[in-house]
Amino acid sequence: MTTSVTPAATSAGTAAETFLSVRDLMVHFPTSDGLVKSVDGLSFDLQRGQTLGIVGESGSGKSVSSMAIMGLHWGTGAKISGQIVLDGTDLLELTPDQMRRKRGQDVAMIFQDPLSAMHPYFTVGNQIMEAYQVHNDVSKGDAKKRAIEMLDRVGIPNPDRRFSDYPHQFSGGMRQRAMIAMGLINNPGLLIADEPTTALDVTVQAQILDLLQDLQREFNSAIIIITHDLGVVAEMADDVLVMYAGRAVEHGPCRELLTHPEMPYTWGLLSSVPDVTGDTDARLIPIPGSPPSLLNPPTGCAFHPRCLHRDKVPGDLCRTTMPDLVPGQRGAHHTKRCHLADSDSIYQTEVLPEIAPDLAEEPAGPLVGEAPEEQR
Amino acid sequence: MTNETMAEIPMPEVPQGHGATAADPTAKPILEVDRLRMYFPVKSSGLVRRTVGHVQAVDGVSFQLPEGGSLGLVGESGCGKSTTGRLITRLYKPTGGSIRFEGRDIAQAKPRELKPLRREIQMIFQDPYTSLNPRQTVGSIVGAPLEIHKVVPKDKVLPRVQELLEIVGLNPEHYNRYPHEFSGGQRQRIGIARALTLQPKVLVADEPVSALDVSIQAQVINLLQDIQREFGVAFLFIAHDLAIVRHFCPEVAVMYLGKIVEIGDRDSIYGNAHHPYTQALLSAVPDVRQAASGKRIERIRLQGDVPSPIDPPSGCRFRTRCPIAQEICAKHEPPLMQIGRRHKVACHFPGRLGEAPREPLTTGLLGVDGEGRPDPGASPSNDLVEQPGYADTWFDLDAKSIGRA
Repeated sequence: MTTSVTPAATSAGTAAETFLSVRDLMVHFPTSDGLVKSVDGLSFDLQRGQTLGIVGESGSGKSVSSMAIMGLHWGTGAKISGQIVLDGTDLLELTPDQMRRKRGQDVAMIFQDPLSAMHPYFTVGNQIMEAYQVHNDVSKGDAKKRAIEMLDRVGIPNPDRRFSDYPHQFSGGMRQRAMIAMGLINNPGLLIADEPTTALDVTVQAQILDLLQDLQREFNSAIIIITHDLGVVAEMADDVLVMYAGRAVEHGPCRELLTHPEMPYTWGLLSSVPDVTGDTDARLIPIPGSPPSLLNPPTGCAFHPRCLHRDKVPGDLCRTTMPDLVPGQRGAHHTKRCHLADSDSIYQTEVLPEIAPDLAEEPAGPLVGEAPEEQR
Repeated sequence: MTNETMAEIPMPEVPQGHGATAADPTAKPILEVDRLRMYFPVKSSGLVRRTVGHVQAVDGVSFQLPEGGSLGLVGESGCGKSTTGRLITRLYKPTGGSIRFEGRDIAQAKPRELKPLRREIQMIFQDPYTSLNPRQTVGSIVGAPLEIHKVVPKDKVLPRVQELLEIVGLNPEHYNRYPHEFSGGQRQRIGIARALTLQPKVLVADEPVSALDVSIQAQVINLLQDIQREFGVAFLFIAHDLAIVRHFCPEVAVMYLGKIVEIGDRDSIYGNAHHPYTQALLSAVPDVRQAASGKRIERIRLQGDVPSPIDPPSGCRFRTRCPIAQEICAKHEPPLMQIGRRHKVACHFPGRLGEAPREPLTTGLLGVDGEGRPDPGASPSNDLVEQPGYADTWFDLDAKSIGRA
């Protein structure tokens, strides 16, 4: 197997401020059919106050890796290796008991479906209070005061009355707000949001995303947002990590990655969602085939059976050799796992005219010109 | 893996992407929905279960669906878009209003009369995991309509099923498999094959792609566009994803709390929205392009949640969350007024974003003054009756005059 090049090699200068550093994370599940490599050599860094967006299809390993950061794989038989260094502590070396003290205090998570993430038998207020009491030696009254304060902060009307409501009495958007209140009550340095808005309407989604951004500014926390919606990533994230079959296939600053994607899988993701403002002549081009089985992933580049640009790579390289995650043509900060040599020009000349004819006509259009990375 | 097996992986076929569907302006309406209403009774608890109220799920919805065309229904959850779809397929019996299919009103048709109709109007469901019977093979799922309606002799069922599987891009030899052996996208194709079995004229697609992965969504949308082109099926496309609706439907209706607040062709809704709710919805869509270019349009923050449809607000139903609501909005319900060739809006203060008029534009129509009190000088207009289609004349808001086709 090839070894993955860690982003740290490219951004060594910022190591001092790095708040979360994941190195070569592997999460493997032994099953009766064989070893499922859900996450295979994932590395990334995250600073305080920054947001990382992880994008990928179901089964690409985005949720599994975040569960590993939360230490939620105990008892599942998962084999985890690598390093998850949060604020100087390697979370993978902690005992379950030490991890329990960290969870909720230093790293918290909000889940996709708030109805199943909350206990139906307890009031919302009780559950939020509990999250506070577990980590702080306070009286019940103080905890309640703090919980109501948090409910108010996340924008729930009449928080002292809603405190004693049960989860089913909340609407979907309010439940997600309550989940955020619960996640942030201990002011954790890292918040993982796993598809936080997928179950919500667009208007409510907008409210929740605004709330997350406001709270991030206030508490200076780091956020990992996991989603399949590129639009959400585009609005929220500073950095984007695209995952495919358990590996990072492209990683870079958000705007740079979305305007100059270099990996055919990212092109596929961009071309398979229509745009609400774009040209109506833009075509919707799906990625052929379906995601690979992790039991028996394709040889070489895991994406090659679905890749439309495989023939541009000389020889059988795509089928035989897994490409490394290395900087592409656009600088050290933007890494890709692809053999294509001149991916940027292929994107500009072959992909963009199909998916956004209005942008492709003027090569030095507004998108290209405004990306700050361009000026370097 | 040996080199031999690796060599067998073929180069993927270049998928043919489609642009957005265009409208055919000459198409006749195949389906006309007029002031359709659906009230679900709310029963009290206890021994005697009296009706204590009604959920006004759909309250006076009118639209036309052209032959071989598609109309998108968008709105938040609970706005009545799915109920509308189920009314048209007559899975529910409407409380009032009419559904004219090829000129015949089917709103109150009896079950016996409905059976032949089921051939013409079919449905694709949202969740491909729960809408297929796990104990039936794909062959019997797709073939069931043929047997029920006795369209083809028994020995011709299988060839037809295989033909259908091929149309939707599945391997025809897989007719003997069970739904669990397929992925989500493939299951949705099975659901589409089943809906196509009887060659319907209208397909109601209720969130057909929202349960699928992004890359698979595009495959299914392209398939639906192919089907529409090839077989001339009219689609009522229900979705909450505004970008997908924009791509698939040349005409769009925006619903809020059981009513259509704005309806029009693609350009009117997406480029020239006049209702504050449509504007808020559009501004809430996270857009890759806008965010990447840093030119994010200011998001309109709607406060709170959708009110309960059991006890909707008086007057305009959107007024409790509307940024530009005034007194008249609480007193009178705004009529769905035609403001363009193919554009209608139900608002007292219709205007482009930030250009809403200060005075209500509907006073003349309703016969009231600016605060909503009856105006003795004005006489309410009688041609307010909401038509399912579009009239040849409309109120041109820019020119402040009557526009003509």
